[in-house]
Amino acid sequence: MEPLPDFQLLKPRSVAEAVTARAASAHARFLAGGTDLLANLRSGLIEVDTLIDLGAIPELHRLGAHADGIRIGAGVTLEELAAHPQVARDYPALAQAAAGVAGPTHRAVATVGGNLCLDTRCRFYNQSEWWRAGNQHCLKLAGDTCRVALKADRCYAAFSGDLAPALMVHGAIAEIAGAQGRRELPLGELYTDEGRAYLNLAPHELLVALRLPAAGGLRSGYEKIRIRAAIDFPLTGVAVALRRDGERVGELCVAATGTESRPLRFAGLEVLQGMTRDAALVTLDKLIRKQLGMMETHLVSAGYRRRATLVVAKRLVQRLFAA
Amino acid sequence: MKSLVRLRVNGIAREDAVPDNLLLLDYLRETLYLTGTKQGCDGGECGACTVLVDGKPRLSCLTLTAAVAGREVETIESLARNGRLSRLQQAFHEKLGAQCGYCTPGMIMAAEGLLRKNASPSVAEIRAALAGNLCRCTGYVKIVESVQAACAPPNGVTRT
Ligand SMILES: Cc1cc2nc3c(=O)[nH]c(=O)nc-3n(C[C@H](O)[C@H](O)[C@H](O)COP(=O)(O)OP(=O)(O)OC[C@H]3O[C@@H](n4cnc5c(N)ncnc54)[C@H](O)[C@@H]3O)c2cc1C
Ligand code: SF4
Ligand code: FES
Ligand code: FES
Repeated sequence: MEPLPDFQLLKPRSVAEAVTARAASAHARFLAGGTDLLANLRSGLIEVDTLIDLGAIPELHRLGAHADGIRIGAGVTLEELAAHPQVARDYPALAQAAAGVAGPTHRAVATVGGNLCLDTRCRFYNQSEWWRAGNQHCLKLAGDTCRVALKADRCYAAFSGDLAPALMVHGAIAEIAGAQGRRELPLGELYTDEGRAYLNLAPHELLVALRLPAAGGLRSGYEKIRIRAAIDFPLTGVAVALRRDGERVGELCVAATGTESRPLRFAGLEVLQGMTRDAALVTLDKLIRKQLGMMETHLVSAGYRRRATLVVAKRLVQRLFAA
Repeated sequence: MKSLVRLRVNGIAREDAVPDNLLLLDYLRETLYLTGTKQGCDGGECGACTVLVDGKPRLSCLTLTAAVAGREVETIESLARNGRLSRLQQAFHEKLGAQCGYCTPGMIMAAEGLLRKNASPSVAEIRAALAGNLCRCTGYVKIVESVQAACAPPNGVTRT
């Protein structure tokens, strides 16, 4: 690891101040818990001249009931989120995803916003400067070829945050502040399928909060596969939300992370409505197979991660049916 | 850029002009010469650099010094009093919780953080609290036993 590059540290007290500071320099970055950003800075992956510490902005730290649902500030820590009674009761997939990010010392400072804006990951990118130079770099940074797909003109680095799929199956809305004011969009639309520019955010825009509607009878769960159960990023992570209609599917949402450059909410699941559990599992398997576009971005093969995604998704559906 | 940072380290009030990009790990080791805190992976992966900030475990290699202004930092050097090891350190010594010793300062500070909020943790709670602290030597069994020994009541009955 390299020493940190030289930068100035700003500590704005409001969202407006943070956005203005970010707009003032092309090489400014927001700093939340720092568990992704500081490590990436030390590996020489990101150029900065200004870090904007979000820790002193009270609005970002609020977490609580909102309308019929809940509102989660982007600065809430994963430890707080996992332990929050309303989250654990109504949005179990989210509590489980938060409790499974990194290790306990990370979760005490790592935030919701940082997890959702986490840089995409690839075995050719998350390496030391020497390693990358020895490999003549790649498209995502300083190179002209993608090492995963040699003819590609895009980057396939995988989005690997655990929270996004859990929030997406519960219908989360993202609140965003920028130099031109505030806007909101369904969380899934925050992402693009391009590993370099993976966020639909202008450089000055800040994620302020997430809003979830009332759970209203949805049961949910999250499960991830990783190399070391104690600490690692997901090789694949799946969130499922199910509303049962007796012995049949009332509503089923499934989303995954670690699979492509954005968290993916599987489309076309409306056809499962009214099916028995076993019929739904067969159709779900086909739907997921068609939509998964995993590439060799991990040391663990795409084939394995693909099979694991299917197994975990179906296991979760069975578990939620039995619950 | 430098700024004046006031904080307490091991009970002593300090005021230092520190560069904005100075990591807490480097401030402790290079400015205060508190070299008990170790640099292992140096990227948030191993836990060797764990210290306590306001009583809670924190990775000093992923923490800017300026970000802990006004806070209380405790390192492994703070545990022994008048040359006597703390109960937790003594337990690591007696139960062979340390082999090469490189992970030990971080391991002990993470365990210290746990014991301050939960005086008699179960084995599962100990393992969960130390999940981010890697050890290449012990296989962890002796480490968990050391933490159990440190909080065992005098009659020797431990929770499992
Ligand atoms: C050993 C290790 C294991 C890990 N394992 C996992 C894992 O299993 N699962 C997982 O999901 N992550 C994992 N991580 C990554 C990271 O710890 C988490 O994703 C964490 O939630 C990031 O949050 P943070 O607050 O620390 O983000 P930071 O590092 O502060 O920021 C991350 C990025 O988000 C941007 N950002 C932060 N807040 C905002 C905001 N409000 N608006 C706009 N942009 C913002 C920052 O500018 C930066 O680009 C791991 C990291 C390490 C070191
Ligand atoms: S997917 Fe290709 S361009 Fe993207 S980080 Fe990996 S090797 Fe580089
Ligand atoms: S040196 Fe900080 S976690 Fe490894
Ligand atoms: S005792 Fe050697 S790394 Fe833990």
